[in-house]
Amino acid sequence: MSSNTDFILAIEDLTVSFDGFKAVDGLTLYINKGELRVIIGPNGAGKTTVLDLISGKTRATEGSIRFNNIELTKMKEHQIVRAGIGRKFQTPSIYGNLTVFENLELSYPYDRNVFGSLRFKRSQAVVEKIFEVAEEIFLEELLEKQAEFLSHGQKQWLEIGMLLVQDPELIMLDEPVAGMTAKERDATALLLKKIAKRRSVVIIEHDMGFVGKIADKVTVLHLGKIIKEGTMEAVQNDPTVKKVYLGH
Amino acid sequence: MNSLKDYTDPSFSKLLYQRLFANKEALVGFLILTALLLLVLPLFLSPFRLGLAGRYLCYAFVAVGLVMCWGKAGILSLGQGMFFGAGGYCMAMFLKLEASDPESTAIQTTPGIPDFMDWNQVTELPWFWMPFKSFPLTVLLILVVPLVLAFVMSFFYFKGRVTGVVFAILTQSMVACLWYFIVGNQGYFGGINGITDLKTLNGWDIREDSSQRILYFICSLLLLACILLSRYILSSRLGRVLVAQRDMENRVRFSGYNITSFKVFVFCFAAVISSIGGALFTLQVGFMSPNLIGVVPSIDMVIFTAVGGRESLLGAVYGALAVSYAKTIFSEAYPNLWMFFYGGVFIAIVLFLPKGLAGLYQDNIKVWVKNWMRKPETDPESLKIKESEVNNVE
Amino acid sequence: MGDYTIQEIYSVVVMQSFSGLSLLCIFVLMGLGLYIIFGQMGVINMAHAEFLVMGSYTMCLFSKFISANFPWMMNYYIILAVPLSFAVAFGVGYLVEWLLISRLYKRALDTLLATWGLSLIFQQCFRSFIGAREISADLPDWLMGTWMPTDSIFIPVNGLVLLALTIAITVGLVLFMTKSRLGLRMRATTQNREMSNALGVNTKMTDRLTFALACGISGIAGAFFTTMASTSPTAGTNYIVDSFLVLVLGGLGSLLGLFISAAFLGILSSVLEFFMSGSLAKVWLYLIIFVVLMKFTRGLFSARIRT
Repeated sequence: MSSNTDFILAIEDLTVSFDGFKAVDGLTLYINKGELRVIIGPNGAGKTTVLDLISGKTRATEGSIRFNNIELTKMKEHQIVRAGIGRKFQTPSIYGNLTVFENLELSYPYDRNVFGSLRFKRSQAVVEKIFEVAEEIFLEELLEKQAEFLSHGQKQWLEIGMLLVQDPELIMLDEPVAGMTAKERDATALLLKKIAKRRSVVIIEHDMGFVGKIADKVTVLHLGKIIKEGTMEAVQNDPTVKKVYLGH
Repeated sequence: MNSLKDYTDPSFSKLLYQRLFANKEALVGFLILTALLLLVLPLFLSPFRLGLAGRYLCYAFVAVGLVMCWGKAGILSLGQGMFFGAGGYCMAMFLKLEASDPESTAIQTTPGIPDFMDWNQVTELPWFWMPFKSFPLTVLLILVVPLVLAFVMSFFYFKGRVTGVVFAILTQSMVACLWYFIVGNQGYFGGINGITDLKTLNGWDIREDSSQRILYFICSLLLLACILLSRYILSSRLGRVLVAQRDMENRVRFSGYNITSFKVFVFCFAAVISSIGGALFTLQVGFMSPNLIGVVPSIDMVIFTAVGGRESLLGAVYGALAVSYAKTIFSEAYPNLWMFFYGGVFIAIVLFLPKGLAGLYQDNIKVWVKNWMRKPETDPESLKIKESEVNNVE
Repeated sequence: MGDYTIQEIYSVVVMQSFSGLSLLCIFVLMGLGLYIIFGQMGVINMAHAEFLVMGSYTMCLFSKFISANFPWMMNYYIILAVPLSFAVAFGVGYLVEWLLISRLYKRALDTLLATWGLSLIFQQCFRSFIGAREISADLPDWLMGTWMPTDSIFIPVNGLVLLALTIAITVGLVLFMTKSRLGLRMRATTQNREMSNALGVNTKMTDRLTFALACGISGIAGAFFTTMASTSPTAGTNYIVDSFLVLVLGGLGSLLGLFISAAFLGILSSVLEFFMSGSLAKVWLYLIIFVVLMKFTRGLFSARIRT
């Protein structure tokens, strides 16, 4: 085991194999506090699997993931969330038959055990927090709307909002602008920059234009391995990256 | 934009009322059921029919439990007979001991123990029968036995994330296992014949018409209480999490909830309710046997719930009453046709009426009544309220 | 056990394992059908045991017909009866898929209820049209004999035939799935329904044939079931719970797991039955399975897949 670090997230020698196929292969990745990191890579590069591993959805075969120097690989999903990591899925996953307000309320990070949730009351603090987040994600006028009737982009925002209510130190987003209009993308870019001021963010994204707008640092993944890490410009001019994207 | 105050919860008593009766319809529905159970049926049914209704209501406890764990939380249990039986047997064991006092069992080789033990050469009351000498302990065990059973039988599976289908199959095997256990232990639990000839509860003769009537009212009141308790749970954050994990398991998990404990909770809750029903059943019929709680009756209990509407607490009561009543009437008059019809009900419910009678009411009768009562000036605002009402009613 | 000689204990163990082996064969034949249906369509078929009973009745009635009309055929009629049992179960399965199952794909919990209703209807059909009493087939003498490899070991011939048949069907099915066109289409549909559809596989017809095939296998199992026990309208209910447990224990999607768990259950249950009464043996069998599943909640053999 390596010693403690200042990184918020330190992934070392991470490997996972499914029936012999190594979806992630000896990955080492460090994320600084307050950093906004984008992971890119062609299809099947293992991007989503990395998020699955960090958030505990998939168990690692080897290696370590430490968050604020806490080992995550043995923890359950809900424990990882409670430690301070929020995760948004590739397809918006929200509660369609609840209102926007209720969606956000369900993510409020107190009273999350059985009997606590039975006692849970909407106090002023709860409502204030939800109002604050709703404003941030541009949904303050739609609090009473049933979530399944939101537009695709609004659903994406709502899910981001559900993470914000949790107040995590690290937010992980899987393709947050998929299916958004150009206007919505611009708004989202601003939103993410704002979010990143107070916490660390890891984003998986395909849209290079969008990546260029938001990223501090880009990591390129291919076949479960990192092939390049650096600024957007450096990555774009790298011959290996070009080769991977354009084929052999 | 609405103000902060509109969203914060009101004081306790007002909040309690809101949680039990989310809107006018929920209140009226509950009052209609209360009136039916406490006024209409006792006034119009003969003592014999009322006795039957009382037995059906015992199944309604199980059906309410199934609404909670299957309808709302998505956990289908084909083994609720296990918990119905737990309560039923606890009560039967208490009553049997009371019926087996040394004087009335003087002709046995060993007086003072239940007759079936004597027939099976058991000469001493086994240790696990001892608690049933005391009524308070029996009542406690009626609640604790199903709780422990449900916990042990669900915790590891939910923790290991077995799928719904596997869990359903497992619960069916569990109830089969219990059936074999009782049948195989003739000397200790009466075997296939069950525990029979139950007479008095603390000296009170449970076989007379007047006591049957009182038991009917106790049963109805407890059932109504269970419905209110279930409503309270569903309207709290706990209820929302239950429904949410049914539809979006991963999202709930990644909002920091430990789904295992929620699933175990609702499964145990349903088990305890079923057990209360089982105990009341024993009191009203005067015996308990493995064939009342086996694989087939357990599936019957699921179909009561499905007919009533798997997500409707009130519907579950009507479903249990309607199906049991139909079964009593038709299965005696036309046993052959009944099985065809009954099998057909399973298929028809799944294919055409997945929301059961409650769905029929929601989608047809209610719309019809609404159109009939509609006032000419319908502004969009009031329509919106109605829409939210539709979504809140269970 | 002091009164037994080593030789006798050895004989008991061999015979007891063999009776377990016969149970294993029934589990495998039932399980194969359930496995294919669940794997491809996400359907839990609670009426599967009724297809077994259907095969049994076909065999019984056919044997009665032969012994009444063509007694000279008694020694060989089984060669005709087995395909006939298969055909009847296949045909009914085809109809059931068309009328009911095709509307219920991927709604596993719902299919559980609907097919339970179907099984009630089938049982009542048997009762109304064939009779509620138990009946048995008239069997040729050679099938009812015993084979004695040593002086103290008696192995029933019908068990040997069942074993041979189970192996033949399993091998046949595996070959069919891997080599034939229909088998290829079945595997393709299981893997990716939309894609198969887009590539011109008639997934509806594939499903129908798959379901019917699974029912047909169960019909064959039923035909052989008559050589070991009599048939009654509710004979199937004893097997459905156990067969599903075999499937669950095997990992719900692994053929190897199915065989191993069928072997585990078959042999364990005959060993337990040797030591205690039938019902208590069942209780212990179930409890052992529950505890094993508490540890291995995904069954004994489940591939580690990306979810």
